[in-house]
Amino acid sequence: MKKKSWFSRFYLVLIMAFFYLPIVYVIFFSFNASRSLTNFTGFSLQWYQKMFATREMMESIYYSTLIAVIATVVSTIAGTIVAIGLSKSSRLVKEVVTQVNNLPMLNPDIVTAIGFMLFFSTLNIPTGFGTLLLAHIVFCIPYVILSVMPKLRQLDDNLAEAALDLGCTPFEALYKVIIPQIKEGIVSGALVAFTMSFDDFVISYFTTGPGINNISTYVYATTKRINPSVNALSTIIVIAITIILIITNVIPMIRARRKNDEKIA
Amino acid sequence: MKSFRRLVYPYLVWAGILIVLPMLIIVFYAFSTQGNSMIPVKMTFDNFARFFSDSIFLEVLLRSIKLAVITTIICILIGYPAAYFIAQMSPDNQSIAVLLVTLPQLINMLVRTYAWRGILLESPFSPEVKVYIGMVYNFLPFMILQIYTSLSKMDPSLITAANDLGCNDRKAFLKVTLPLSVPGIISGITLVFLPAVSSFFIPKLLGGGSYVLVGNLIENYFVTTGDWNFGSAISLIMAVIILLSMYLTRKFDYDKEAI
Repeated sequence: MKKKSWFSRFYLVLIMAFFYLPIVYVIFFSFNASRSLTNFTGFSLQWYQKMFATREMMESIYYSTLIAVIATVVSTIAGTIVAIGLSKSSRLVKEVVTQVNNLPMLNPDIVTAIGFMLFFSTLNIPTGFGTLLLAHIVFCIPYVILSVMPKLRQLDDNLAEAALDLGCTPFEALYKVIIPQIKEGIVSGALVAFTMSFDDFVISYFTTGPGINNISTYVYATTKRINPSVNALSTIIVIAITIILIITNVIPMIRARRKNDEKIA
Repeated sequence: MKSFRRLVYPYLVWAGILIVLPMLIIVFYAFSTQGNSMIPVKMTFDNFARFFSDSIFLEVLLRSIKLAVITTIICILIGYPAAYFIAQMSPDNQSIAVLLVTLPQLINMLVRTYAWRGILLESPFSPEVKVYIGMVYNFLPFMILQIYTSLSKMDPSLITAANDLGCNDRKAFLKVTLPLSVPGIISGITLVFLPAVSSFFIPKLLGGGSYVLVGNLIENYFVTTGDWNFGSAISLIMAVIILLSMYLTRKFDYDKEAI
């Protein structure tokens, strides 16, 4: 057994090295003094200066964030409302909505993307910020519905009925009784929507218009030549995501510990 | 509470216009060609005939399927042991390991692929090998997490029981652990194979344009040449192949469960 655990540890370390190699590489070369991506010639912050000085780069960060935030808020609210309606709907309506939602989730991204592109062109809608945002909202809603539905299935119908009997309006019953119980599903739906939108390349690439780039489409457009500022941009994304992860994972852990300590005391 | 039903109706309209209609437009484009000034569009099977009669297109299609199949197999072979070893750790270490596997995935896929481009820039690998490295890198986490989920749900006393009944470790693994983790492998396959067939920026960034896949073909016909009819036909062919293969994998899964 001892020998086995040595091997398993070694194997996992190798896998992690594979996963983190490009991330470490990007951070390392973002401080390179020269353009080279293979020789480290000295420490410099010039690529960070260039990044902050390049308007398109800063704009791409702005658009990625703005679109992800709006798409998350809209799709979370809409998806939750639809999911609540679905939980009371007939089997036929449920089945139809599930199958339709499966289309963007099971189809390859590129098919969904050109669907949007042809749709906008058929209706003569000029592509740009609006079409990009609309496409993101459309493909995020099914994921929110998918994460809220299981929570609704566990819900006791009688609680909402009781609220109505006790004088709540349907809206109050929804707001005071149903929403608090499915909160977990709503939060995980919002998280999925945010990452889907923030990371998306394929759908953005086909639905955006001239002058509007998110991080993905910007990186894709600049890869024809070597541009070390992209390494600086990547490093900043890595740091931001790590900080967010630490906040979302470590703080609940500390809280749980504190609660435990209080119980013991 | 029945009044809540009405909440779905606006979404039915929304989804009909923004999800179903775009798919119908693709089908329409695929079965038509741009006509002249007298007849603006002509319905035809020409786009499909053109695809299946030209060996270059079939070659690209086969190359994409081959790439996706091999990527999926490599992900299972490398990912299964990793998932197995993670599932055997202490619960605290398990959640740390899962977090470590998830973290790189949260970083933009394009940014990660761009990093590999730098690493592999002066490596002696052929474009094909570079594309494989990029594909496995991007899709391996999906496979590990899916297999890990099904392994961690498994009751460890089953292995003890198998050992008590005379199975050695190897036999217990083959007869108990492996069959119970098949659902995880299947969902891993759908999560890897599906995006792998249609990927187009990994081959473009790492293969340097010399390694063309179906996704690149579609991109070309929409962005460069502007032949949307033919591009739509290729997308439709790809969508049908993917939906069919997904249906078959799932059917295989259900049949297994039935036994």
